[in-house]
Amino acid sequence: MELYSLTIKEVSEKLKAGEITSVDLTESVFARIDEVEPKVGAYITLCKEKALEMAKASDERRKEGKIFSLIDGIPIAVKDLFLTKGVKTTAGSKILEDFVPINESTVTQKLWDAGAVLIGKTNLDQFAMGSSTETSAYNTSKEFDSTTRNAWDLDRVPGGSSGGSASAVAADECIGAVGTDTGGSIRQPAGFCGITGLKPTYGRVSRYATIAMASSLDQAGPMTKTVEDSAILLNIISGHDKYDSTSSEKEIPDYFGQLKSDIKGKKIGIPEEFFGEGLDPEVDKIVRSAIAKLKELRAEIVPISMPMVKHALAVYYIIMPAEVSSNLARYDGIRYGLSTIKKGKGETLEQVYEKSRAEGFGAEAKRRIMLGSYVLSAGYYDAYYKKALKVRTLVKKEFDEAFKKVDLIVTPTSPTVAFKFGEKSDPLKMYMSDIMTVPVNPAGVPAISIPAGFIEEDGKKLPVGMQIIGPAWGEQEILNAGYAFQTATKYHLEKPNI
Amino acid sequence: MSKLTIDQIEHIAKLSKLELSNEEKELYTGQLSSVLDYVGELQEIDTDNVEPTANVTGLFNVWRDDMIEKSDISHDDIAKNAPEFKDGNFVVPGVFE
Repeated sequence: MELYSLTIKEVSEKLKAGEITSVDLTESVFARIDEVEPKVGAYITLCKEKALEMAKASDERRKEGKIFSLIDGIPIAVKDLFLTKGVKTTAGSKILEDFVPINESTVTQKLWDAGAVLIGKTNLDQFAMGSSTETSAYNTSKEFDSTTRNAWDLDRVPGGSSGGSASAVAADECIGAVGTDTGGSIRQPAGFCGITGLKPTYGRVSRYATIAMASSLDQAGPMTKTVEDSAILLNIISGHDKYDSTSSEKEIPDYFGQLKSDIKGKKIGIPEEFFGEGLDPEVDKIVRSAIAKLKELRAEIVPISMPMVKHALAVYYIIMPAEVSSNLARYDGIRYGLSTIKKGKGETLEQVYEKSRAEGFGAEAKRRIMLGSYVLSAGYYDAYYKKALKVRTLVKKEFDEAFKKVDLIVTPTSPTVAFKFGEKSDPLKMYMSDIMTVPVNPAGVPAISIPAGFIEEDGKKLPVGMQIIGPAWGEQEILNAGYAFQTATKYHLEKPNI
Repeated sequence: MSKLTIDQIEHIAKLSKLELSNEEKELYTGQLSSVLDYVGELQEIDTDNVEPTANVTGLFNVWRDDMIEKSDISHDDIAKNAPEFKDGNFVVPGVFE
């Protein structure tokens, strides 16, 4: 078994036992990257030199018996949306093509404080806007001159927006990764790439210096090979941060230490609305057999109804662009980022704004900014924005009510398996692919996607994801359920042939 | 829901501080109209006596002491990412005639 193919837990044990060094491990990961990255294209920026320095420092610490944490010396991939001091951060957009941050995001700072090694910055949909990584301005997959590919079938998208992180994990181009999730951007690519992706409760993880998309929905989380690894990373990145006033002061449980595979007697709600029209029959079959597995593990399966969730996508496509239009106002061509100011021959200030933004933003960012400006503009605010905030209340209430009756809710992560490049060129069609992950974000609750099985298409195995949703602050419950499933099944251990 | 007009797209682009080409105006008019049409389904939901939810934390006005802290970010650092920076200031085109 090559080192790069191991999990965080496995390498941490090998490091602890002195069987390997962090430098061995980091070199193994970069050898793997040399081998498959030209095809997969998971990374925008690779940090080999820095990574080896970090690995050496970790090995020194270990020699002196002074490691920082369980993940000391372990190579982690970081979505290119987290600011990394001194390492270019693009958000997948041309407008930040040459942007080198002067501060560090809290999530990544916590990783480095725990001794993790930065492998590189992974590709994503521009400003995390998209469900396929196709909206990235960067053609990272050199062999195809395209954005990131799905490691299971190179003709298919990895999902998005955290498609680079998901593909990097699936292709063993890192040991673990972090991503962000505003409407499914961790869970949907995790499902498409056959990995484990967790979106924590809103407020569990600090948003500081993570490039903002929709601030009331954004949440960072682990993207890993197993549920165990997810628990390990969640412990590292969680916690209150004085630089993010929406981060919670709630105590952080020892998610990894308390992980247990016993779900006997747990009530698992199956909402009929997630199993209706639009769901691929093959995906339906696989998720239902995964649910049967949970029943076999002696969970109690309870059919439930959530009629309001079908409106969550419409709520999302008002609230999210509204917040986007506000957050992306900072890209003005004056303080940082792409600017026409030097080229400008007598351009007015207004023209510098309009031309810099026109040149720097891609089509999806422009669409969402304009949609947001529209729903917030005079005469439309009440009809769209305020209405959406009210329906958001109803969606949240529906989750609250459901969790009075059940401990967990299980659904497919996506209605289909990974689709092909260019298949969803109509924006609304693309938006629909997130219909099962989106409702979780307006409600603020945590959810995990884990591999539930495979479908065979075009002679390729394509992963199917199962989503386990918990009540607010119920991370331990969803991790336990996922751990129980992974203890009883082997889907998460399967590897793509690249 | 009615279809957006080119005039409306131009107005929204102005609000958004985005210069659009004629092709973009055409394209976005159609695409935004179909999204607005879709989200219009919310109009049918009864929300009388429902309070809006802007965030789910339940937090309201998180205060801290207004203390000056030392920053390790210098003017020189800030200048590195600025398109034009002069004498410790961002350069902008003149605003007044």
